[in-house]
Amino acid sequence: MDIFYASVNGVLLGGLYALYGLGLALTFGIMRTINLAHGDMIVFGSFMSLVVTRVLGLPALASLVVLIPAMFLLGRLFQERVMNRSLGEGIMPSIILTFGLSVVIQNALLLTFSADRQTLSAGQLQTMSLPLTEDFAIGVLPLMTLCVVIVLLIALNWFFRHTMLGRAFRATSDDPEVVALMGIDPRRTYGLAMGLAFAIIAITGVFMGLRTNFAPFDGPARLIFAFEVIIIGGMGSIQGVLIGGVILGVAQTMGNLVNPAFFQLSGHVATLLVLAIRPSGLFPETIERD
Amino acid sequence: MTALQTQHRIGAALALVTLAALISVPYWGSAYLQRSIVEFLYFLALAQIWNFMAGYAGMFSIGQQAWVGVGAYALIVLAQDLGLNPFWAVPLTGVIAAVFALPTSWLLFRLKGAYFAVASWVIAETIRLAVNADINWLGGGRGRSLTTMGQFERGFREDVTYLLVVGITILSLVLMVWMLRSRIGLGLMAMRDNAAGAGGVGVAVNRTRRIVYLAASGLAGVVGALIFMSALNVRPDAAFSINWVAYPIFIVIIGGIGTIEGPIIGAIVFYILREYLDDFEAWSLLAFGLIAIAMMLFAPKGIWGSIQSRWDIELFPIRRRLPARFSTPSTQET
Repeated sequence: MDIFYASVNGVLLGGLYALYGLGLALTFGIMRTINLAHGDMIVFGSFMSLVVTRVLGLPALASLVVLIPAMFLLGRLFQERVMNRSLGEGIMPSIILTFGLSVVIQNALLLTFSADRQTLSAGQLQTMSLPLTEDFAIGVLPLMTLCVVIVLLIALNWFFRHTMLGRAFRATSDDPEVVALMGIDPRRTYGLAMGLAFAIIAITGVFMGLRTNFAPFDGPARLIFAFEVIIIGGMGSIQGVLIGGVILGVAQTMGNLVNPAFFQLSGHVATLLVLAIRPSGLFPETIERD
Repeated sequence: MTALQTQHRIGAALALVTLAALISVPYWGSAYLQRSIVEFLYFLALAQIWNFMAGYAGMFSIGQQAWVGVGAYALIVLAQDLGLNPFWAVPLTGVIAAVFALPTSWLLFRLKGAYFAVASWVIAETIRLAVNADINWLGGGRGRSLTTMGQFERGFREDVTYLLVVGITILSLVLMVWMLRSRIGLGLMAMRDNAAGAGGVGVAVNRTRRIVYLAASGLAGVVGALIFMSALNVRPDAAFSINWVAYPIFIVIIGGIGTIEGPIIGAIVFYILREYLDDFEAWSLLAFGLIAIAMMLFAPKGIWGSIQSRWDIELFPIRRRLPARFSTPSTQET
């Protein structure tokens, strides 16, 4: 029975991890660049939600109304003003730029908010639960997180398959040069894609802040989970993040069952196993490009 | 004598003077100066090693802290558990780090670019957590102390550690220049320009990369052993800290990736900034981050790379050039 409970918890945890991975899968899938500041941006999102809830007196979930458009604009600016400057020079510029940004975000948050751990509050939502059996209940918030990911995935799938902009995203991912010949500006597409990724990061930041407490230096730990999700799910695969998140979550809760010290370790081992057996992940979607 | 040969002589002379000055420090310098130089040099050595991997061999690792940590723990096991003289154990720590690195190369070399970078980090975290989870032998999260160093008098201990750090920095520099001048270096440059093409003309791509990877890991292991030989205490959080790769990346980017001179300049800038902003760690890190972004946007070749492309200076002879009779045929009379 313990194994069953651990699996259920793992799947629910996987919902949050899928959310971590989603923003990263978008930027990696479309721009083919690597965002080492992804985790820090999620934490930044949590802090921004905290500010909005304090200033406007809104509940945490309602802060998304302000955060999503704000983060979209920020992402677009970041891509167009910073990242686009070093396009086409391989993977290194994106690694260095986002690595620098990661350090900047961490220390700016530290200087502004101090090293104290913070939480977002959503009142009763955080303590509500649905009893499954007599001695086992699942939290409403984790279940909600999982549902949010599924809804986002369905929406993104529709967007990528059935809208002009979505098709432009996919085409730009496959070959930015040919796409430019067809009259689509890859730089603009990249800006919009980063904006979209930032909007998803805002949602991720709020749900993370509701689930756990957070501090300025928590970014890298989130980043490594996000990467593991997309490594397991498959290179640049949007839909793969759900299965990647669930596998990572279940691996962690199973490891935890053996020994609490194995919680993160078993997630890493699962990732390395996938890399050893199927380096392109379980559901690779993007074609390889040098 | 060509201008280039003059530059190489200046480079050699500078290197010799610096080396003489460094070796003589224990005779005239204060303990504080000696400790500062040790800290400066191990960041320089780690930067040079990372530069060798990323700048010349195209392996963008963010997991070099794994081998720093393995080296540190190898020293604990060899000196503390097996009773070896800690100073003689130092070269062995490099061998052990390289032995541990070998199986990871089988996994990593199937991956490219971003995947290589991330997987190297996951490997380093896995090793850290494995050491952290182990409670008895390696001390778990609390780590172990190197009490066996107590058998040596403090001054002697610091002098020998100092000379070893100078030695490993010089060794990594010499090894790098030597490898870059050899067949390996030629293969590396061909691979950097076009890996498939290099393979086509007979460069053993994976073997060459593996040699570089293992050499880099072994050297990082030795640096790790030396860092914790002065710290006297090894904890997983400190030994496998991401700073052992983060700071070297800053140093290389500021100084100039893919040059030998660059990381030296980068390390000097890094060290000055760090000393100057020592009391404001958050501010200094913020400054490093902004400098790295600015360098990448406005001077991606770094300080030395920019100087080099402007004035064509080279202090260490690693580039190969066509003899004049090939490069300027129009001026040749037969």
